[in-house]
Amino acid sequence: MLTLEIVPYREIEKLSSLGRIRKLLKIAMENKIVLLEGRLSREEETELIKTTMEEIDDEFAGIELAVIPPTSDKDSRVMQFRNTLVNILAGNRLGLTIIGPASVVKEIKKDPSKIQLFTQDNNKKKKRR
Amino acid sequence: MIGILKHFINRVFKDLFKGRKQLKIGLYGPPNGGKTTLANRICKDWLGEEMGTASPIPHETREINIKESINIKSGKKELDFNLIDTPGIATKIDYEDFLKHGMNEKESKKRAKEATKGVIDAIKWLDEMDVVIVVLDATKDPFSQVNITIIGNLAAREIPVLIVANKVDLRKSKIKKVQAAFPQYPVVGISAKFGNNVDEFYESLFTVVN
Repeated sequence: MLTLEIVPYREIEKLSSLGRIRKLLKIAMENKIVLLEGRLSREEETELIKTTMEEIDDEFAGIELAVIPPTSDKDSRVMQFRNTLVNILAGNRLGLTIIGPASVVKEIKKDPSKIQLFTQDNNKKKKRR
Repeated sequence: MIGILKHFINRVFKDLFKGRKQLKIGLYGPPNGGKTTLANRICKDWLGEEMGTASPIPHETREINIKESINIKSGKKELDFNLIDTPGIATKIDYEDFLKHGMNEKESKKRAKEATKGVIDAIKWLDEMDVVIVVLDATKDPFSQVNITIIGNLAAREIPVLIVANKVDLRKSKIKKVQAAFPQYPVVGISAKFGNNVDEFYESLFTVVN
């Protein structure tokens, strides 16, 4: 069974960077796909990769990660300015972050216009346990 | 705020001592993009020797490798630097993937463990770099989050970036897709393995460094 956990930005807003990373990774390590409202900072994204590497063992193979930014280069300057302003005032709550455990999510294909999430064949992974 | 201040102080000190120390150029990117093949190409071209072992099995480079005092010339231009080849950055490392390459379970688990440490080391070394060459496999999807995160981090650290779209000798390679993914960065298409377009790569490197 595939489980999605939606995390509103307010749930991580007041946490430290490490706290945010630990919270999101903990959910992914429970074999759930995290849908986070908004995004982590660039530094936090890198820290998430680092912390994930520290957690990898025979049972946990890591994560698949994709971030849908609120703006693209194709957006008008007014739109880009508006979103930047919202981010400054309200935190990185625009956009969407997907974090899936590698045992569940095989691949996240990201195209500027769409995101496709491919799941693993569970029978194959069960053999490992 | 503290992060920004720390970064600012680091940059000021870096600039202060820039004249005294050797320039550090790092090779970054996802596994199997061709970082070590490019490092070997540069070292063979200018030092006459290879730097490391490249392999079709992912995570062949699991430690930071440094080649000191490389001197490259083009006309009147000259560049002295230390080249740092880093392990490929990934968000997942599954030992079972190595089994598919004919390794036994013990070897695969050992390789996976070393590879995770390699990724951590590569990230830790980001702050040490003066210039970074991001090596991407031009036959693969450039929009992967690892690529975006690496390049975004370099931008946040104000480290100059040159993107290499490697493996242009392969039919499936799409340089334009790489250029479209990162329009704000210089992108040069090469084949590190066969040496296609490396002169343009060295010219781009001079431009980015200067």
